[in-house]
Amino acid sequence: MFTASKKNPVDRIFSLITALASFSIIILIAGILFVLFSEAMPAIKKFGVVKFLLSTDWDPVKESFGALTNIYGTLLTTLLSLMIAIPIGMGIAIFVTEISPNFLKTPIGTAIELLAAIPSIIYGMWGLFTLSPIMSSTIEPFLKKITADVPLIGVLFQGTPMGIDILTAGVILSIMIIPFTASISRDSFNLTPAVVKESAYAIGATKWEVIKNIVIPYSKLGVFGGIVLSLGRALGETMAVAFVLGNNHRITTSLLDAAATITVTLANEFAEADKDIYLSSLFYLALVLFVMSFITLAIAKYFLLRAERKYSR
Amino acid sequence: MTRENRRKLEGCIALSLSALAAFLGLFWLVFILGDVMIHGIKAMNLSLFLSDPAPAGAEGGGLRNAFIGQGMITLFATLTGVPVGVLGGTFLAEYARGRKIARIISVLSDIMVSVPSIVIGTFIYAVLVKPAGHFSGWAGAVALSVIMIPVVLRTTEDMLSLVPWTLREAAFALGAPYYKVILQVVYRGAAAGILTGILLSIARVAGETAPLLFTSFNNSFFSLDMNQPISSLTVTIFQYAMGPYENWHAQAWAASLVITVFILILTIAGRLIIQWRYR
Repeated sequence: MFTASKKNPVDRIFSLITALASFSIIILIAGILFVLFSEAMPAIKKFGVVKFLLSTDWDPVKESFGALTNIYGTLLTTLLSLMIAIPIGMGIAIFVTEISPNFLKTPIGTAIELLAAIPSIIYGMWGLFTLSPIMSSTIEPFLKKITADVPLIGVLFQGTPMGIDILTAGVILSIMIIPFTASISRDSFNLTPAVVKESAYAIGATKWEVIKNIVIPYSKLGVFGGIVLSLGRALGETMAVAFVLGNNHRITTSLLDAAATITVTLANEFAEADKDIYLSSLFYLALVLFVMSFITLAIAKYFLLRAERKYSR
Repeated sequence: MTRENRRKLEGCIALSLSALAAFLGLFWLVFILGDVMIHGIKAMNLSLFLSDPAPAGAEGGGLRNAFIGQGMITLFATLTGVPVGVLGGTFLAEYARGRKIARIISVLSDIMVSVPSIVIGTFIYAVLVKPAGHFSGWAGAVALSVIMIPVVLRTTEDMLSLVPWTLREAAFALGAPYYKVILQVVYRGAAAGILTGILLSIARVAGETAPLLFTSFNNSFFSLDMNQPISSLTVTIFQYAMGPYENWHAQAWAASLVITVFILILTIAGRLIIQWRYR
């Protein structure tokens, strides 16, 4: 953009170096796709695409591999964590933007940010040693008791409460993604013009009605983007769930059963895979996860960019 | 009940619930931090930092190898990741400002920031570990630097964009070529912001475990050789917490406390710098 300076040779070299540095991102993404694809090639040839994605086999001895149990575990824990995190995250955002007295805004905002900074392995360890015993001794038996006679829902809480299961993993995952949902919702809520809110107050709306009918509809693009971003994060989370999910390659209907996610399988089995087709299948899983989270994150980014454009007008 | 009362009641319930949600957020933070604190301080002693692990199951010993290993991996990751990130951000905010390619790379880096870190571990395994035939500290450092690059790149881009364009014009008017303007004017104006980005990216990778599991792997002996498997705090925490010995669990808590305090200090320092500079 600055043609005059292009004549300077040093400047040309410097601009080339910076260009190369920024293209490293494109090279990395293309490289990851290419390397994972070529490493997964033997497994892709052997198991195909649809068959691999829909097969529940995961048998290193018979060398028969399919991704469905892993994908099922990933989706189930993610879904569960979103169901807990979305209402709480939105509640935090509403509290911080609309209700909270000023002196509470900073501590809660900081707390949320620190919650996001704690590394996932700490969540995992805390989950194993502290949360999991609480879940197995108190919360899970309670849920079992109140849902025992309810049709359909009762199925979700069958089995022995061990604390090492999908429910515990979902709860830990939800604590991890609450900060993302909360901070993006807060930023979106903050963009609602005061004039619009004041007009609603002026015709007699209560605070909750303003939030429900003005603020949330106005900021729904950004909030939705934030939720999809949290979804993308939850899909790829490894250490927080690795401790408390067990590693069980089975499709289960009960939330009190152990399961496996793509990430947990990779973390537990990658360094131990002794046969080529085993390792190749794990690379195949990594490729599936990469594609899944890339698409999810791209959708999130699309909505956040649209929200940004809408508000900047 | 009159209609007004019903509306008031509904509002009251909804607002109380959201206040409850906010305190739940605070509660988790206090619960987790407090728990790490209590268990960690109990297990904290000097030999944790000064001696190497005792044989499995035996009492005593420390995690000196893991502290040193973690430090080396993080240091080399920073030394490669930060320059690439800062220079890449410079291209987006300066030479390619407003061009389509800058927008595309910016969006792609935003996506890369959230890509599962374990996938990056498998990628580095295929590129560096498999051809070499063994796990190595270098592979771990490269994996962490790959995670760092997009974080540093995006913050640098944002921070450079905050430097007023007129500042650059003033320097151009003195006849300075663009690279001198960037190095001597723009970088100075954005120094605090770039530093914050670097601190936060170090905080981000210092707690990463998944990408180290099959790159730097683990080593129960003291080693400074980056060409060999090297121990890191996070992988050691994973191994010890999953292991059967009480002694291991205690050391895992102590290591967690050290790493959590380190990361929170970096995060808070980053926030303070931003508040002090851009208030």
